[in-house]
Amino acid sequence: MDFRVFPGNYKSLKFISNYIKTVAKEAGFDEFTIYTIETAVDEACSNIIEHAYGGEDIGDIEIGYTDEPKQFTIIIKDHGHPFDPSSIPIPNLSSKLAERKANGLGLYMMHQWMDEINFQFSENSNILSMVKYKGN
Amino acid sequence: MEVEVVNFKRSSIVNVKGRIDSSTSPELLRKFNTLIDDGTYRIVFNMNEVTFISSAGLRVLITTQKKCKRHNRGELVLSSVPENILAALDLAGFLPLFKIYTTDIEAVGNF
Repeated sequence: MDFRVFPGNYKSLKFISNYIKTVAKEAGFDEFTIYTIETAVDEACSNIIEHAYGGEDIGDIEIGYTDEPKQFTIIIKDHGHPFDPSSIPIPNLSSKLAERKANGLGLYMMHQWMDEINFQFSENSNILSMVKYKGN
Repeated sequence: MEVEVVNFKRSSIVNVKGRIDSSTSPELLRKFNTLIDDGTYRIVFNMNEVTFISSAGLRVLITTQKKCKRHNRGELVLSSVPENILAALDLAGFLPLFKIYTTDIEAVGNF
């Protein structure tokens, strides 16, 4: 798998989105599905910069994909601190405005809009794979 | 992202073009804060040309709505919301928190 390397800063998000939109379109997804994939990837990369690296321009983000007949898989690698998804609170989406936190929304959106999400952590890299099924 | 603010006597319309992500959302928050600091609490956010909103952008909406509604002094309302953006607002459970209008005229008329 070929990986595209992007500097780990928020300015990269636009370029990462353009890349993802192009490859998701080539995979045959409709416009709304492409938007959901764009969102999941944007949230994942924002989390990497904020949590894994703890700031901008600390390390790179590597993005690759596989396009198979039944599913499209995006792989996102970083070399920051392992990120424990279970440490992120599940947002309360029905609380009143005054109590609304909006934290944890990114991870929630990734889970809602992708079909499979898997985090793998090793000594020097974190690997996130996100799968979108085709033909739904 | 480009931000344009149109001021009226009793309200302001904020037009945004482009992406609202972790890179651009701080600037949008600053624009909203400037309006609020200047005493404008009735704000219409025209989202017609917003192409993307991430959770960072959604946080700006919540923060701004809380400030506008303080002491019942005003409200942040949305207008011309594209379908993809509406789906994101719905997924995040934001629909009960924001009035959504088809046009700016309807939105301003609400105030």
